[in-house]
Amino acid sequence: MVTANTELGYNSKVEGGVIISKADAVINWIRTESMWPMPMGLACCAIELMAVGGARFDIARFGAEVMRFSPRQADCMIVAGTVTYKMAPQVRRIYDQMSAPKWVIAMGACASSGGMYRSYATLQGVDRIIPVDVYVSGCPPRPEALLDALMKLQAKVRREPAASRLLSA
Amino acid sequence: MSAAAVTALKAQFPQATDRASADHLAVNVPLGDLVLALKYLRDARGFDLLMDMTAIDWAEGASPRFTVVYHLLATSEPGTALRIAANCAGPDAAPTAPSVVGLWAGANWHERECFDMFGITFIGHPDLRRILMWDGYPYHPLRKEFPLAGIETDLPVADIEEVTGTRVIAAPMAGGPFVASTGEVNLTDAEPRAKDESWSDRQPQPGQTELRQMKD
Repeated sequence: MVTANTELGYNSKVEGGVIISKADAVINWIRTESMWPMPMGLACCAIELMAVGGARFDIARFGAEVMRFSPRQADCMIVAGTVTYKMAPQVRRIYDQMSAPKWVIAMGACASSGGMYRSYATLQGVDRIIPVDVYVSGCPPRPEALLDALMKLQAKVRREPAASRLLSA
Repeated sequence: MSAAAVTALKAQFPQATDRASADHLAVNVPLGDLVLALKYLRDARGFDLLMDMTAIDWAEGASPRFTVVYHLLATSEPGTALRIAANCAGPDAAPTAPSVVGLWAGANWHERECFDMFGITFIGHPDLRRILMWDGYPYHPLRKEFPLAGIETDLPVADIEEVTGTRVIAAPMAGGPFVASTGEVNLTDAEPRAKDESWSDRQPQPGQTELRQMKD
């Protein structure tokens, strides 16, 4: 979209340095390409999450390599592992501490549905306490599956009416 | 060495009796002798390591209902292990046993787990709190009358329950409990999974008319 067109009447000093786009596209572009995760590693899925951050799978290709251990700096919570009832309030508190806009990926069978833990101790799906955007199947999911989930989440965020929400907020 | 220790233990504590065991030697002792017997085995017979400490629930109605079991190991002679069992005292709904934290500091968390899961009170324990379930959880999950799916109760934190509208529920058991099968040669068949496909959340269990719905 870089243009040398001067007919729009911009100041000649910024001529050639101006990009014209839609506010939604720009805001969502910023959001999707630097989606800092909050690694909510609770069980073995967190090992695969670490692999995703490693050189072989390299989540940095999608701009999400900056794992933030402070929820206030994170955009996307990746719930990786079994959520017990004892841990559930803390997961919710951390989600509450993340600043909007925020998204959630439920990684693996346990976070999505309780998985094989049909028992008294396990929350039957993290969507009972926080809203989930993308569910990843697998026990644990392959790293590629998590990358796919991130790409699906980015596709979802690209469709959001970000500008109108910002203005109405 | 285990056999000699058992003989010596029975000479010291005449009420001790042999206990049926599939592997290592095991001895029953009266609860009153338990701490002294364990101290004797530790100091005089070289059983310096408490490998594990657990309990048995003989089911509702049995009396005495609970038995505590101590797994001892002599590290100076590898493979020399011994099990000591004692029936708990007190009412069957609220059993008690003496704490052995004074003999092995490592017994601390074992006894807390036993308290959490079975509801056995260890007298003399320095800090007898739940260790796995949260403080205030009303049940003891490894007791025989407690269902695997659990019993509906409150979340550990009240305001989270209020905001989310979520409670601790009885887990939906569609497809049967997700437990491993023992004795399977093929490990894939032994893995935990739904093994009873005849019913689900949408289709009632054979012989039952009501659906076990997930409570939202």
